Amino acid sequence: MTDAQVVKRAKYKSSVKDPGVRGILKMTRERFVFQPNDPSLSVKLNVEFRLIKGHKSSKEGANRPALLNLTQDQGNYIFEFENFSDREICRDFVAKAIAGEVGGPTSEKSVPHKDEQLSSAEMERRIKLLQEDSELQKLHKQFVIGGVLSETEFWATRKKLLDVNASRKAKQRVGLKSEMIFNVKPSSDGQSNRVTFNLTPEMIHQIFAEKPAVRQAYINFVPNKMTEKDFWTKYWRAQYLHSTKNIVAAAAEAAEDEELAVFLRQDAILASETRQKIRKVDPTLDMEADEGDDYTHIPGHGLANEDIKDELEAQYEPYKRSFLQDINRHAAVVLEGRTIDVETGDTRTVAEALASSKRVELAKEASDGNSHQDRIDRMIRMAEIEDLQAPRDPPVAPLCIKDPRDYFDSQQVNAMNQLSGLRQMKSRLSASEAYGSLRAHISEIGTAGFSDPIVRPEVAFQVFNSLTQNISSSKYQLGKNPHESIFDTLPSFTKEELLLHWTSIQELLKHFWSSYPITTSYLYTKVSRLRDAMSQIYPKLQEIKESVQSDSRHQVSLLVQPMLQALDAAFAHYELDQQKRSAKSGEKPNGYG
Amino acid sequence: MKFQIEDITVYFPYDHIYPEQHAYMIDLKRALDAKGHCLLEMPTGTGKTIALLSLITSYSLSKPLKLIYCTRTVHEMEKTLAELKLLHKYQIECVGPAAKMLALGLSSRKNLCVNPVVVDKENRDSVDAGCRKLTASWVRALAVEDRSVQTCDWFEKYERAGSDAVLPPGVYTLQDLRAFGKEKGWCPYFLARHMVQFANVVVYSYQYLLDPKVAGIISKEMQRESVVVFDEAHNIDNVCIEALSVSVRKQTIEGATRNINKMAQEINRFKATDAGRLRAEYNRLVDGLAQRGDLPTGDTWLANPALPDDILKEAVPGNIRRAEHFLSVLRRLVQYLKGRLDTDIVEKEGPLTFVNAVNSHVGIDQKMLKFCYDRLHSLMLTLEITDTDEFLHIQTICDFATLVGTYTRGFSIIIEPYDERMPHIPDPVLQLSCHDASLAIKPVFDRFQSVVITSGTLSPIDLYPRLLNFNPVVSRSFTMSLTRDCICPMVLSRGSDQLPVSTKFDLRSDPGVERNYGRLLLEMVSVVPDGIVCFFVSYSYMDAIVNSWNETGILKDIMQRKLVFIETQDVVETTLALDNYRKACDCGRGAVFFSVARGKVAEGIDFDRHYGRLVIMFGVPFQYTLSKILLARLEYLRETFQIKEGDFLTFDALRQAAQCVGRVIRSKADYGMMIFADKRYTRHDKRSKLPGWILSHLRDAHLNLSTDMAVHIAREFLRKMAQPYDKTGGGKKTLLSQEDLEKMNGVEGMMF
Repeated sequence: MTDAQVVKRAKYKSSVKDPGVRGILKMTRERFVFQPNDPSLSVKLNVEFRLIKGHKSSKEGANRPALLNLTQDQGNYIFEFENFSDREICRDFVAKAIAGEVGGPTSEKSVPHKDEQLSSAEMERRIKLLQEDSELQKLHKQFVIGGVLSETEFWATRKKLLDVNASRKAKQRVGLKSEMIFNVKPSSDGQSNRVTFNLTPEMIHQIFAEKPAVRQAYINFVPNKMTEKDFWTKYWRAQYLHSTKNIVAAAAEAAEDEELAVFLRQDAILASETRQKIRKVDPTLDMEADEGDDYTHIPGHGLANEDIKDELEAQYEPYKRSFLQDINRHAAVVLEGRTIDVETGDTRTVAEALASSKRVELAKEASDGNSHQDRIDRMIRMAEIEDLQAPRDPPVAPLCIKDPRDYFDSQQVNAMNQLSGLRQMKSRLSASEAYGSLRAHISEIGTAGFSDPIVRPEVAFQVFNSLTQNISSSKYQLGKNPHESIFDTLPSFTKEELLLHWTSIQELLKHFWSSYPITTSYLYTKVSRLRDAMSQIYPKLQEIKESVQSDSRHQVSLLVQPMLQALDAAFAHYELDQQKRSAKSGEKPNGYG
Repeated sequence: MKFQIEDITVYFPYDHIYPEQHAYMIDLKRALDAKGHCLLEMPTGTGKTIALLSLITSYSLSKPLKLIYCTRTVHEMEKTLAELKLLHKYQIECVGPAAKMLALGLSSRKNLCVNPVVVDKENRDSVDAGCRKLTASWVRALAVEDRSVQTCDWFEKYERAGSDAVLPPGVYTLQDLRAFGKEKGWCPYFLARHMVQFANVVVYSYQYLLDPKVAGIISKEMQRESVVVFDEAHNIDNVCIEALSVSVRKQTIEGATRNINKMAQEINRFKATDAGRLRAEYNRLVDGLAQRGDLPTGDTWLANPALPDDILKEAVPGNIRRAEHFLSVLRRLVQYLKGRLDTDIVEKEGPLTFVNAVNSHVGIDQKMLKFCYDRLHSLMLTLEITDTDEFLHIQTICDFATLVGTYTRGFSIIIEPYDERMPHIPDPVLQLSCHDASLAIKPVFDRFQSVVITSGTLSPIDLYPRLLNFNPVVSRSFTMSLTRDCICPMVLSRGSDQLPVSTKFDLRSDPGVERNYGRLLLEMVSVVPDGIVCFFVSYSYMDAIVNSWNETGILKDIMQRKLVFIETQDVVETTLALDNYRKACDCGRGAVFFSVARGKVAEGIDFDRHYGRLVIMFGVPFQYTLSKILLARLEYLRETFQIKEGDFLTFDALRQAAQCVGRVIRSKADYGMMIFADKRYTRHDKRSKLPGWILSHLRDAHLNLSTDMAVHIAREFLRKMAQPYDKTGGGKKTLLSQEDLEKMNGVEGMMF
């Protein structure tokens, strides 16, 4: 942040039409102060930025006033500056200050861990999380801004939340739609001959994927030779020409306009790709090989073809294209799936990414020597008649992981354990061995049960009993309606209050217990801070208990009970620890270092 | 498993066998014993190919026999060889090295060449020409003197290896041949051509036996003790007819004129530089030397288009022995054909009339016409022309001349000024069309001891011996024993609005019918898992209906459920579409494939298992009945074989339909539905032409359905089929094990 504070001359206005009060506006990180020039006036302002929700500013113009409007929950503050440049400076400052309130600037506060540098992406993610989750926001406000917890501490327990969110995007790739979207009908306004096409990034992606020539043309032409709009206009013009099926007209247009010709001509890149692919095709359906074998296809040999072939002169040949071909091409692209991960509206990036992914693919195919053997194996497999022979081993599909890192990261822990403990263990098991051992285990458990239960049965029974007791008692009160719960019978205010306290207690306890054993003075101060916060909640809970009407008091006390118990346990632990400490510190008066 | 059929031990590579496979083998064995021809119809999906292969290879272990296995397409060839590999492995396990055999597939240079310079050419003819440019004897002779002349390393190495260049025993697909050739540095094409004579099993395309031009060079040395198998032979009559038909268009005439001019230039050049060559050729022709006699392997060339028995062994007539005289004869012939093409009315005449007309107009007699092809061949060798792909047009003309000069019956010449369907576009064509399928196949029946014609659809089975003019010793149609009702044929006559659906001419372009067809598919894509295949009656109909579905939004709705792939006239694109279709079915996304009955896909691609859970046949795939060629053929059939036009057309349409829908089943564990969507299928005369194995599953309740009923049946059927499959069949004997067979043999033995 550049300046610690900003001081400008400005007029304070209660509304836009108000002539305003001249004065000095002083802005610091936390607050802004307005001091009128005339000290007799009572319009002094002293407002904290965290109360400010947003800001608006007037448009720049010669005769317009340079206004800045800071909005609050109720009402707003309007300042008029002497010139726009002053306004700009203030606006930027305000923007920073407000943004800081939501996420970052806690680093300015008295927090022990100041050294943390947050990337802007990280920051954004946190802000987004807070915006999405009002409960989280409440907690954040209560503890972080209230000073009980630091920003880092608050997020440290929510690492998962941040991580999961980040990886969720990468988890699943959305495939392409089966529908052919480039076949859209234009919308026309019905009065003129003008038609309008609406292009979405999705459509552009599809067009580029299906028509490499268009993609290449885009890279070549835009923006040097023509604008994006012109480019697409030309493209649709070409599509229109195709749809009329008048090849001669298309050829004539193409002769006049060489850029248009690119769209009208057959796709050369596609043709070369096709030649590549045809070599890798399964020989049992390679009809192209027949063409090479069939001795009757010498021109004029055999009977004339039954089907009509349109006789076209050679010059029109490159412009011939059929709808059926488009359908095939579309289906092939959809089947290939999304080859790039770009999720941007920028057309050029998409075009380039597609082009480079194609190149990589081609290079990979060229170096792939195994495909031939695979094809032969496949053919042999296909040749067998399945039900004439004994069933084969259960079919094993090779494990296919898109991003191997995901797998290895998750397996690392296991691998470490194995390495340290069982170095001699056979790490390579055949599928049938693994299957057999799994089956043996399952049957063993089926007969003998678990030898080492996770929870002792008596304890489990006790817990279960105490839980169900409450349920049964409340059930008795509620009658048989399963959709109601005690909670719904409480007044909404009490309900919210309870929920809020419950979440905050949880948060505090989480931090409290995670701080033990106390090893540093930092943790020590943290624990005492937490204890204070908890002891503030304690009486509040009592209050709630007393405030509710007598008929539901029992229910509320049932709900509050576990919270109080949890808090009591925490306090007890704290006291015990404190005693130990004081006993120790009797021996070591210097305390914690 | 291995078992006895009479005196033969059959090695079969699976643990079980279907009863119909066993019965099929018994009948096949009897035909082999009788050294006669046979006709066997067995439903698709009952393992016909493997039954055939294992019986014949087991048979040849005791009585040496060569197997010539003909497929219609290269990909079927690959499939057959894959099954043969399995079998071969098993036989070696059982019998040991004695069972070793050599089996190979044979195809053109385009599919076998490994020279990167040559094989990257775009079509077969340019690959052939590219190969000749490097391997022709005169090119190689030049290369000896002049180092800068290019030759083919693989061919040179193969030639140098001489008689050492042999394939070790094993089963070789085209891919394997290429790999072997690359490894040894030998040309796989010439190696395979050479090895065909010694192989125990040869797998190649129909044309290699049926088309005299190809058969003359490839198959002429096959011994009589061979079994010839035509698999998927329901269309064999059409292949035979195609092999002897030629058509001439405007472009052919223009191209031929260019070719003649080019040759004239060459002749003049030779006269100036090397007159001796032309004189030598003249002398050779006087002696009546056959052009194909002792040519080096690199120079071979398609043989005479007429059948071997019809070629007279005599010298080329004197008036076309000199090169320039021959050229002038060709020039006059082309001129005459050009004049004939320039007509406004449809003309039809027999070969005899035509030959007489040629003689009186341009003075070319029948004998000169007959020798045109051989004379051209000799001339092109003399002129050392290697870019044969440039000279295809003149070849076509000479083909035509030779055929018309050789045959007097079974052919007609039809000249049409334009296509009936598009009278505004002038597109004159002169066609020499063969009507008699028995002509082309006759030498095969005569030459080889046993010819097996087999397919899933040969109904009615008595028609084929008449069409092909032969006497089978065994002619039988097998039914299918099913563990469960795994096929579900239905006839859909009405759409969702209860109006009839049909592709009959008057209803074809009715928007209501198009919509009803669309609704049917839309309902089905939401019910049926994985793959669905749709067959349309023609490309133009498919194109129209897809466009109409696109406009009405039905196509969009279909696409939301499944991906759509379409067969186009471009084979490369169709191949890729098929490959992607399979991928879509494999990955579970599901897809629909639109195809054409009589198209390339319908002819040879299997849609078994999850690749096809439902086939919809939209309409009845009749031939274009106004076609002049078809009319002429029908007339010939009526006069010669007393086959009624209507019967033949229905037979032809229904065998195509049956062929289309029959591709869904591969084994008894597989299952699939078939919908015949046309009200005409409800009529008995149409339906009864379907093969028995489909008819026996066509219930009376499924004969006249509307869309909603069909959807209901489909749901029920799919639920039933999704239950765990018990292949033993619970009491019904649909799978036989080795013990079962031994027991059966024991019972039979007691009976005798």
